[in-house]
Amino acid sequence: MSVVTNTTTIGAIEAPSRRNTELALLAFAVVIPVFAYLNVGLALNGEVPAGLLGYGLGLGLLAGVAHLVVRKFAMYADPLLLPLATLLNGLGLVMIWRLDQSPRLIQRAKTLFGGFSPDAPKQLLYSAIGIALFVGVLILIKDHRILQRYTYISMAVSLVLLIMPVFFPAVNGAKIWISLGPFTIQPGEFAKIIIAIFFSGYLMVKRDALALASRRFMGLYLPRGRDLGPILVVWVMSILILVFETDLGTSLLFFGLFVIMLYVATERTSWIVFGLLMSAVGAVGVATFEPHVQQRVEFWLNPFAEKTWEQSEQIGQALMSFGSGGTLGTGLGQGDSDLIGFAANSDFILSTFGEELGLAGMMAFLMIYGLIVERGVRTALAARDPFGKLLAIGLSGALAIQVFVVAGGVMGLIPLTGMTMPFVAYGGSSVIANWALVGILIRISDTARRPAPAPAPSPDAEMTQVVRP
Amino acid sequence: MNKPLRRIAIFCGLLVLALLARTNWLQYVEAEELNTHSKNRRVLIERYAGERGNIIVDGKPITGSVETNDTDFKYKRTYVDGPMWAPVTGYASQAFDANQIEKLQDGILTGNSDQLFFDRTMAMFTGDKKVGGNVVTTLNGAAQKAAFERLGSKKGAVAAIDPQTGKILALASTPSYDPSTFAGYSGKDEKAWLALERDKDKPKLNRALREVYPPGSTFKVLTAAAALEHGAVDDINAPTDTPEPYILPNTRTPMINHANGCKNASLNQALKVSCNSVFANLGDKVGRDKMVETAQKFGFNNPEIDTPVRAAASVYDKTMDRPGNALSSIGQFNTATTPLQMAMVTAAIANDGKLMKPYMIDQLEAPNLDVITKNEPQEMSRPLSQKNAQLLQEMMENVVKEGTGTNAKIEGVEVGGKTGTAQHGENNSKNPYAWFISYAKSPDGGSPVAVAVVVEDSEAKRDDISGGGLAAPIAKAVMKAVLDSKK
Repeated sequence: MSVVTNTTTIGAIEAPSRRNTELALLAFAVVIPVFAYLNVGLALNGEVPAGLLGYGLGLGLLAGVAHLVVRKFAMYADPLLLPLATLLNGLGLVMIWRLDQSPRLIQRAKTLFGGFSPDAPKQLLYSAIGIALFVGVLILIKDHRILQRYTYISMAVSLVLLIMPVFFPAVNGAKIWISLGPFTIQPGEFAKIIIAIFFSGYLMVKRDALALASRRFMGLYLPRGRDLGPILVVWVMSILILVFETDLGTSLLFFGLFVIMLYVATERTSWIVFGLLMSAVGAVGVATFEPHVQQRVEFWLNPFAEKTWEQSEQIGQALMSFGSGGTLGTGLGQGDSDLIGFAANSDFILSTFGEELGLAGMMAFLMIYGLIVERGVRTALAARDPFGKLLAIGLSGALAIQVFVVAGGVMGLIPLTGMTMPFVAYGGSSVIANWALVGILIRISDTARRPAPAPAPSPDAEMTQVVRP
Repeated sequence: MNKPLRRIAIFCGLLVLALLARTNWLQYVEAEELNTHSKNRRVLIERYAGERGNIIVDGKPITGSVETNDTDFKYKRTYVDGPMWAPVTGYASQAFDANQIEKLQDGILTGNSDQLFFDRTMAMFTGDKKVGGNVVTTLNGAAQKAAFERLGSKKGAVAAIDPQTGKILALASTPSYDPSTFAGYSGKDEKAWLALERDKDKPKLNRALREVYPPGSTFKVLTAAAALEHGAVDDINAPTDTPEPYILPNTRTPMINHANGCKNASLNQALKVSCNSVFANLGDKVGRDKMVETAQKFGFNNPEIDTPVRAAASVYDKTMDRPGNALSSIGQFNTATTPLQMAMVTAAIANDGKLMKPYMIDQLEAPNLDVITKNEPQEMSRPLSQKNAQLLQEMMENVVKEGTGTNAKIEGVEVGGKTGTAQHGENNSKNPYAWFISYAKSPDGGSPVAVAVVVEDSEAKRDDISGGGLAAPIAKAVMKAVLDSKK
């Protein structure tokens, strides 16, 4: 007589990959900008724009390729990141195309530069390059932990990227550009990713030393003097960027990024306190002798001052643009945000959204950014390795700070800084770098959500189950 | 590491929340303020974005719009007979804002008014361009033309009212300006504007509504009305107790008459030849407070006479002393009035004592000519009784029949009037103003037109003849134009 034993093995239930969710959302993310494009065409020329089909197919194709690559190489990735980025990029393209048709801006370009060339086709090309980079990131980086190997190379590269603009002439008062032949690149946009890689790798190694070797003083853990080194170096770097490149935005971004990552790595609130103190000291210190920064603060406080209107007009125009949009906006193509003139489709593109889509549109728009950041933070929470956690929070934190600094500046919440709104603003560096950023986040989220590999079968598993009387 | 991660998540949430709060602040709380900010060009762009509605007189537009090839302002304002109509229309300039009806009815004219909400919503669905509505005025083209052409190169103003309704029929001011010369924003427009600003003759001043003049002897009809209303005179043909020379109360200054036979003259006779002594004496008898009361019923001291273009407040001093009051009773001292105010006084008398509120916008029309608002005549006050009004009419008609105002006679029409010459400047050194106020009667006893004319002119003599000589023919032409257009 043989005893038949039915043993049920409880295996890991396959986590849903959510790729179909992503595809459905992606369809929306393509259709919404296509409708927006149609809307602009009808509002401006009273006819269905000729490029509608091409635009729709182009955006659809880019999104489709990105989706297929994610499906193949990052099967368990977060399903929201790609659709959200596609939606922003699509809407940004529509807005740039809309501003390309503004007679006021065309006139302005002709008077100032002797000619006008539309920006939307270039931006479409940059978006394609951005998505190519996104695809490249997913294919080449099979596991984000590979990046950890490049910690110190990243440091060197980011230093070079940050310092380079000093040697190039200032454009509109800020040294944030380097020009290579016909191209101009904003290295800061790329540096923000590379420096996040460096911080993650560095902090992962040093976190224990930074967290534990400390004295307690008034409820705060005070780090040892020599452990203050790294934060001081980053602080000095930020100040130098501010002074030599007169770039408030980048400076704020790097310091903020470092403080966030340091806090996450060490779990010590004292680092936040130090960070805030140091940025306060730095800001006040620089503001006392740097007229460029003083001016920015002055324009922020009094955007409509008669005396400085010539220079502060841009911010004043942006504010009036938002106000004129009101609750529901003027409708796409029907606003006068082009009165801003300079940088209407790059740094100030948000005010066109504000005027033409109104408060309702702005809320939705900011929520999209909020969602991207939230998905990034969620990825950080889900990541299983400290490097992944740090990198994910670093990248999403950088995005959050950048959105806050740009949108806050354009809306007059904080002094204006020269940075671009991720994905929507015109500018190759920005859109390419941000696609790479999303690519890395998707890679980390894929690793985080992938089911843990089944434990290798133990050779004596069979044996131990057999109990013989 | 998850605890700090959650905290950072909250921090990022706060950043987004701050942005959301800020956008609500900008686009909801401060939206109105930013939208109408003086530096916001959208207000102007909007004003000239579509074809602007028209201001209409006698069913014909006196304004227009031309399309330009400008990137900011698609249309530019044009005017038909700009200088003639400027005191009515005001101006709408791309560089120098707008005033008067062009400004006050901007919402209707641009099509942005909430009153046009329905039309705008319809246009949104049908895809039509937004068009402005029209402002139909009460003015009479012929009367305005008569007034403007008769004033000619002289400095002066004319205001004419329909006494029965308060409709403004003519509103002329010279020298005038052509609002189309600075309707755009080019260098040429700026030059035209600056030239007008610097002109010593102040062509942009709307003399009919916005300038106050000493009314001179025309004010005597108001003093007569007060004397009758407050019982200082019962019988207009009974002699008054007036010495010759009459010495101003509390002074040793004799009141100089330019006419003969003023001693104890009756009210009727005194008005006919314009005796200063009789009216100064009567004004003193009625007393300052009662004079003020009557003057205010006629509209004096009221800073809010909106036609809808606001007229300057005419002044009858509430705190002056006795001699001041006596002088004011003959339209001197610090008494000052707009031509419109004197037209209102005349209109109230001609309308049997009932003063109608003067207005110049008859109705507002939607772009499809539907009437949005129709202004109805409103009674403003009753400064004098019907009986006393008719007594005053009798006396004013005598002035035209056989007194100082014979120049205003119209064949076959009963006309009542009063001349005036107002002195100003230190020791009356400056050129005086020639005044004439009058009304015409239709056969049924009602009056279709009351008019006030003032001419600043170096030719004016310092007596009442100049009022009759310079201003009366203008008043006559205006009345005749109104009467002819009624036929």
